[in-house]
Amino acid sequence: MKLPEIDLYLIAPEIVITAFGFLVLMIDVFSPKEGGKKSLGYFGLLGVILASVFVLSQILTGFTKTGYEGMFISDGFALFFKLIFLIIAFLTILISMGYTRREGIEFGEYYALILFATVGMMLMASGSHLITIFLGLETMSISIYILAGMLREDRRSAEAALKYFLLGAFATGFLLYGIALMYGATGSLYLKDVASYIASKNSLLKSPMLLMSLAFLTIGFGFKVAAVPFHMWTPDVYEGAPTSVTAFMATGVKAAGFSALVRVFFSALPGFLPDWTTMMWIIAVATMTVGNIVAISQTNIKRMLAYSSIAHAGYILVAFVAGNKLGTTGILFYLMAYAFMNLGAFAVVILLGKKGEENILINDYAGIGFKYPLLAAAMTICMLSMAGIPPLAGFMAKFYVFSAAVQEKFYWLAILGVLNSAVSVYYYLRVTVVMYFRESEREITGLQFSPATVIALILSLIGIFYMGIFPSNVLSLAQKSIFG
Amino acid sequence: MTIFGIPILSLLIFLPLAGAVVLLFVNKENVKGLRVITLLLALVEFFISLPLFSSFNPATASMQFVEDRWWIEAYGISYKVGIDGISLLLVLLTTFLTVLCILSSWKAITFRVKEYMICFLFLETGMIGALVALDLILFYVFWEVMLIPMYFLIGVWGDPKRRIYAAVKFFLFTMAGSVLMLVAILVVYFINWKATGKPSFDVLDLYKLGIPVQTQYWLFGAFALAFAIKVPMFPFHTWLPDAHTEAPTAGSVILAGVLLKMGTYGFIRFAMPLFPKAAFDLLPLVCALALIGIIYGALVSMMQADLKRLVAFSSVSHLGYVMLGMFALNMQGVQGSIYQMLNHGISTGSLFLIVGMVYERRHTRLISEFGGLSKVMPVFAVFFMIVTLSSIGLPGTNGFVGEFLILLGAFQSNVVYGVLAALGVILGAAYMLWMFQRVMFGKITRPENEKLQDLSAREITILVPMVILIFLMGIYPKLFFSKMDVTVEKFLKDFKGKVEMKIDLKEPKVLAEIKK
Repeated sequence: MKLPEIDLYLIAPEIVITAFGFLVLMIDVFSPKEGGKKSLGYFGLLGVILASVFVLSQILTGFTKTGYEGMFISDGFALFFKLIFLIIAFLTILISMGYTRREGIEFGEYYALILFATVGMMLMASGSHLITIFLGLETMSISIYILAGMLREDRRSAEAALKYFLLGAFATGFLLYGIALMYGATGSLYLKDVASYIASKNSLLKSPMLLMSLAFLTIGFGFKVAAVPFHMWTPDVYEGAPTSVTAFMATGVKAAGFSALVRVFFSALPGFLPDWTTMMWIIAVATMTVGNIVAISQTNIKRMLAYSSIAHAGYILVAFVAGNKLGTTGILFYLMAYAFMNLGAFAVVILLGKKGEENILINDYAGIGFKYPLLAAAMTICMLSMAGIPPLAGFMAKFYVFSAAVQEKFYWLAILGVLNSAVSVYYYLRVTVVMYFRESEREITGLQFSPATVIALILSLIGIFYMGIFPSNVLSLAQKSIFG
Repeated sequence: MTIFGIPILSLLIFLPLAGAVVLLFVNKENVKGLRVITLLLALVEFFISLPLFSSFNPATASMQFVEDRWWIEAYGISYKVGIDGISLLLVLLTTFLTVLCILSSWKAITFRVKEYMICFLFLETGMIGALVALDLILFYVFWEVMLIPMYFLIGVWGDPKRRIYAAVKFFLFTMAGSVLMLVAILVVYFINWKATGKPSFDVLDLYKLGIPVQTQYWLFGAFALAFAIKVPMFPFHTWLPDAHTEAPTAGSVILAGVLLKMGTYGFIRFAMPLFPKAAFDLLPLVCALALIGIIYGALVSMMQADLKRLVAFSSVSHLGYVMLGMFALNMQGVQGSIYQMLNHGISTGSLFLIVGMVYERRHTRLISEFGGLSKVMPVFAVFFMIVTLSSIGLPGTNGFVGEFLILLGAFQSNVVYGVLAALGVILGAAYMLWMFQRVMFGKITRPENEKLQDLSAREITILVPMVILIFLMGIYPKLFFSKMDVTVEKFLKDFKGKVEMKIDLKEPKVLAEIKK
């Protein structure tokens, strides 16, 4: 009997994060009830840093290897995404450190779940076999279901968790069914094998089983990235969950969902391109439009950011539809830029709240422009970046995405994209209007600025400016990681 | 050309930004210090821009003081800046007006002075960057960057009653046009890439491209929309009255003086040379809109009860002349158009400054609240009269030179245009003189007006340079025309050359290759 080959360096980042997840749980058991919990966050950060050391070393050495019977692949694409996930995890833990103490949810389980969710995400990005991707998806999802419901006494948090779980399980069912159909049609779950099977048997292109599999996979992944019409859960879940978890979901889960979507569709199903391009075109336009238009009427900033994240998923889908080199590079760049913008915005939301008074209505921000000028400026930068105003990261990201569409002659898609961008300016600007142009009716006082959250905010802002003014480094990294 | 080792154009672009960063560290209570530092920065900026004027070589039409550095090499996006005869004068106008705006904000802005000054400096960076950028993406970045500080200027320091509406309308309107221009920029970029094999956003490279006429229509349409909103041309002008009226005085001055010129500059630098056939075919439409702008703008101005709104609509009218002159496609028309850009900056800028001075005293802008002010403020009356006459276009003032050349050019290209435009001149005189009479002449009808202070030394310092320029530009225009003669000649020659090419392109090709 031959023992399966275990390559530890290949999955070193995942091992590190998992180990630290368990470590945090253990330390939580042995640490004193009051005041000892802060170290948990630091351990989480340590784990993330250690894992990123491995990821960076793999990136810099141009490491590309498949392992575990070809089920796990560590190529440039996966490594870039792992970098994104680790950055997101790092910033989320920083944001959480003050927030969770304030809301009374600073449990070891919280940090451990964030770490486990990160493992799931990394697994999703590294999957070269559909079951690996599914495994990663479930690990991530279950961790997040629990995280969403962390505020046990808050009804909305419980609602968020339950809603996410039920709808998520349903969508996962679709995904699994799609995977099963794919197996039935092609006889294999390895992405490479599916691709070569489809390429070799042209007549199978119109096989109903494969087409249904395509549809179900779209539904399953579409739910995770909150594409229309699978987006209905997003506003309620984002609003109800603890704000730091919302930040994590909005950035990490979306990135992970896209990594799997891109991997599956471009590695396994390129033969189906003409079939799914039209479908994705419609989904992209619907997603952008619904996201932007409904965001206009939102009064709660978390809900507004939820709809805005739906809209951003739409822009990424535009690059997905384009499907060319510029497009896939654009998706990677966009997800990293989006992570910074969103985490920055949520950091400000957290900083402007206090226990019992979360101040999440947009009108609560009236007058902040001059009472807390630095915070307001940070929020303005994040909002303008999301609106796509140069010279910030969001502009560069949208620029690449729309260039990809124009290059493939999807002119109407690009036009609809930019028009949606213009519409979105309204609700992003509205936050600045309220902050700067209105007098505050209710004074927001007694805010405590947790230093960790402030650091996370500063790092996000640095990221936004860096990617906006000097995007070539990140861009070439993204390009090299996909195309070598 | 470098100053302290920094190339002059980059220095001009980024000095205000550096100044804004310096201001961040000044204590916000130190209002006097903030004002002085900003004024000094604006003056330094102006003095640095003067060597541009003196060292400019008027004999060549190519770009001067060029700097070319890769920004994102993989995609052909470069940091390329340079000026020619057209942008030179506009850059000088910008630096000049900024100084005056800072001076005029001395007493007017007392709330959040630090943020105000930072916004203004940031705005200056955006404006100069947009004027000197020779790379389409660089231009787009600066174009959009201009919006943010202007939005804040209107929204925070504007008239409390409608400033939010005006600011948001301004931003959204301009943005909507710009994003479509972005798509057009991308299309041109990819067309060029396919035709030459080299990705480039450099405008000078893109000039050499010949694009099939059908595609040109769409692209010109997108560019023209963005610029037409900015100019503003009828019917995209509706943001202007609100933005101008609600903005603080200095905001209105810089908006009218420089930002509106970005639209016309965009036409002459980008929309027309890149898509000549489409521009030529759509000429009647553009001229019609320009003429409607002239006459409609003038008629509506006449009916305004609010001084600032009157001046705002007069801007629509004046810029209609600029567009008409530009599309007359002859030397007189185009040169008159560019000259009128400068004139409008100076005369309408002065008008806003004057209205601002009156507002500071009476806190109202309604014409009915005034009357007979010349008795109480004689010095003010003199300046106001000079500026009014300049706006009307009295010979001897700058307005005459510009308007006359435009009318000459318009007559040459199409007599009907000329006649209608001349009608606009009459209307212009009508509303301006009627406004002046109601405000300055006659009896003093309101007792509050009797105690008004005449101009202070600071206010005279602001208006004197304007008046000097009004007469200088009116009596010795050669000083300025000599700088742009060769550039405009080349522009027209290239434009006509491309329009007259009898080739019907099916595929985009580099023009030089076709001639072989």
